[in-house]
Amino acid sequence: MLEIKDLHASVGGTEILKGLTLTIEPGEVHAIMGPNGSGKSTLSYVLAGRDGYEVTGGRIIYEGEDLTDLDPEERAAKGVFLAFQYPVEIPGVPNSTFLKESVNAVRRYNGEDELDAIKFMKMLRGKTKELGMSDDMLKRAVNVGFSGGEKKRNEVLQMAVLEPKLAILDETDSGLDIDALKIVADGVNALRSPERSSLVITHYQRLLDYIVPDKVHVLAHGKIQRTGGKELALELEKNGYADFVGEAA
Amino acid sequence: MSVIPFMAATDTARALPGDDIPWLQARRESGRSRFDKLGIPTPKLENWKFTRLRPLDNTQYTPATDKDGQVEISKIPSIGNTQARLVFVNGRLRDDLSDVSDLPTGVRFGSIDAALKSDADWVQEHLGKVADDADEAMVSLNEAMLDSGFVLHVPKGVVLTRPLEVIYIGGLTDGAVAYFPRNLIAIEEGAQATLFKHHEGRGVGEYFANAVTEVSVAQGAIFKHYKVQAESLYATHVTTLYADVGRDATYESFNLSIGGLLSRSDLKINLSGQGAHAAVNGAYLMRGKEHCDNTSLIDMSVPNTTCKQVYKGVLDDESRAVFQGKIHVARDAQKADGRMLCKTLLLTNDAEIDVKPELEIYADDVQCAHGATTGQLDKTALFYLRSRGIPEALARNMLVQSFIGDALLEITDETVRSALSDRIVRWLPAHCYLAEEWKEIA
Repeated sequence: MLEIKDLHASVGGTEILKGLTLTIEPGEVHAIMGPNGSGKSTLSYVLAGRDGYEVTGGRIIYEGEDLTDLDPEERAAKGVFLAFQYPVEIPGVPNSTFLKESVNAVRRYNGEDELDAIKFMKMLRGKTKELGMSDDMLKRAVNVGFSGGEKKRNEVLQMAVLEPKLAILDETDSGLDIDALKIVADGVNALRSPERSSLVITHYQRLLDYIVPDKVHVLAHGKIQRTGGKELALELEKNGYADFVGEAA
Repeated sequence: MSVIPFMAATDTARALPGDDIPWLQARRESGRSRFDKLGIPTPKLENWKFTRLRPLDNTQYTPATDKDGQVEISKIPSIGNTQARLVFVNGRLRDDLSDVSDLPTGVRFGSIDAALKSDADWVQEHLGKVADDADEAMVSLNEAMLDSGFVLHVPKGVVLTRPLEVIYIGGLTDGAVAYFPRNLIAIEEGAQATLFKHHEGRGVGEYFANAVTEVSVAQGAIFKHYKVQAESLYATHVTTLYADVGRDATYESFNLSIGGLLSRSDLKINLSGQGAHAAVNGAYLMRGKEHCDNTSLIDMSVPNTTCKQVYKGVLDDESRAVFQGKIHVARDAQKADGRMLCKTLLLTNDAEIDVKPELEIYADDVQCAHGATTGQLDKTALFYLRSRGIPEALARNMLVQSFIGDALLEITDETVRSALSDRIVRWLPAHCYLAEEWKEIA
C-alpha cells in the first residue's frame, strides 16, 4: 500500500524528515508516536502534498506509484486522505456543498459519473446517521462555529464519504473528550478492511485503545527510531519519549 | 456656449429633453458654467486622489443619438418576476423593450423625457433637490448635458411587492459615445419599493456614462436599491448618487461591480430624520486592468440614526480598486450607530487596493466603528480543499465565494441575493464546475 524509503523533507529550508523509512501493507493500521517537533505533522503534510513541504530525497511509493510529484487533489483522488489536526473553517460554504464538490471531483478524476443532488444527499444522510451526526452540521458552513469535537467528527464524515484507501490521521485525538474519541475511532474502525490502511499519528496512547494498531513506530529527530507491536504504545505511555529524545541528540 | 473639452462637436444640434423649458435651460447653463470652472476631476482633489478619468483625456466622445439606441438586442438581463422594466440601449430609452403596463395607480416609472412632457412641475420640484451640490464637477457636467434618465415616484403608502428593473445596455456603437442620465426617485411616506439596475456592456464600442441619481425616502418608507455594474472593457462608468433618508425610513443598497474599464460610484447619503437607517453595501470583483472606485459619504445629521456599510472586493491580475468611505456624525446627532467595513482579497501581487475609511464624529454619545483589511487567499484553506480532491482552480473559486459571501448576507431581498450570487459565480473562472447550490450560499 505505502512504502516510504529514506524520505528527506524540508520546510522553509530546514530539514525535518531525515531518512524516514516505513512500509504499510494493505489492511494494516500503523501508529506513529513521537514527541513534539519530531516531524509527525510534517510527515502527514508531505504525504498529502502540501505546498512548502519539499521532498529533498527518498521516495513515497503508494500503490506502486511515486506520489512526490502529484498535486494534493490528485493524491486525494487516488485514495489518500488526511484528517487534519486543525480542520479549517470556510465561512459561507455549506458543509454539504463542500462534501459534494469533493466527492464529485474525485469521481470525475476517476472517470466515474458525478452523483446528482438527490443521490448524493441520500448517501450523505446514510453516513451521518452511522456517525451519529445531525443534519444541521451539513447545512452549516464548513467547520464554522463547530466545537472541537464536531470538527473532528466532520473530518471522519469526510473520510467516510470519500472512502480512502490510505487514511492519515494527524493527531485527530487532540482536544477530544472520551465520547468524541470513541466516535472518531468508530469511524476509522468502520473503514477497516483488507484493502484499506491507516496511519494514525498521535502524541498519546489513549486513541490506540480504540483504534488498535498492527504496528507502532516511534518518530524522533525525523526518523523512525523504533518499531513494535501495540504494546510499544503502552511502554511509551509509561516511560515517555526521553530515551528517544536523547538518542539522536 | 463652450464645448465640453472631450466632447466632439456634432454637426446637427441635438434635441435634448426639455429644450423648450426655461427653468431646465437655466439649469443646463448653470451646470455648464460650473463644469467649465471645475473641469474634469484630477487626483489633486482629495476625493479623486486614486482615480483619474484618463479616457476623458484621450477619447473624443459624441453624445449618443436616438439612432445609437436602435440596435438589435437579443437578450435582456432580468432577475425575473418584475413589476416593470425600463430598457436603455446605448443611453437611449427603448419603449419597445420596456414594459410599464403593470404599475399600480399613481406610481410613476418612466423616462425623464416623458416626465418632462407630462409632469414638468414634478420634475422641476425633484431635479437638483437632493443633489443640491455645486462643487461636484461630474454632477455639473450631468446637469449641463442631461439627455436621458428615468423617474420613479411611489406615492404615499403604496407598497410594490415585486421589484422594478432598469437595464442599461452599452457598447453597441461604432464610435465613442457619451450619455448623461439623470434619475429621480421619490419614495413617499410609508411606501416601499425595490429597484434593480443592470449595467451591461456588450460589443466593442467605447462609451462614457455619467449618471446622477437623486433619491428621497420619506418618513417610514423603505427603498431597496440594487445595482450590477457589468460594463465592458471599453466603458467609463461614473455615477453619483444622492439619497435623503427621512424619519424612520430605510435605504438599502448593494452595488456589485464586476466589469468596466474604469468605474466610479460616488454615494452621498444623508440620514436626515430620526430613526433613519442606511445599509450601504457592495462587492467588487476586478480582473485585467480594470479599475473600480467606490467612494461614499454617509451623513448622520440628526440623533438616533443608524448605518452599516460592508464592502468586499476581490482583485485579480493587475486590477485596481479604491474604497473611500466616510461616516460623518453631526454635533447633535447623538446615539448615532455607524459601522463600516471594507475587506479586500488580492489574488496576485500586481493587484492594488487603496482604502480610506474615515469617521468624522462631532457628537459625543455615539457608537461608530470602521475597519479595513487586505489579504490573500488562505493557503491552509486552499490546501484543505485540495486535499479533499477539489482541483486548485475550483478550490480558489470556492474560497473567493466564501470571502464575498459575507457581503451578500447583508442583502435582505432573497431573490436579489441569489441573482447577485449567480453573477459572482459567472464572474469566476471555470465556473462550470460549481454546483447549483452555490446560488444559495448567502
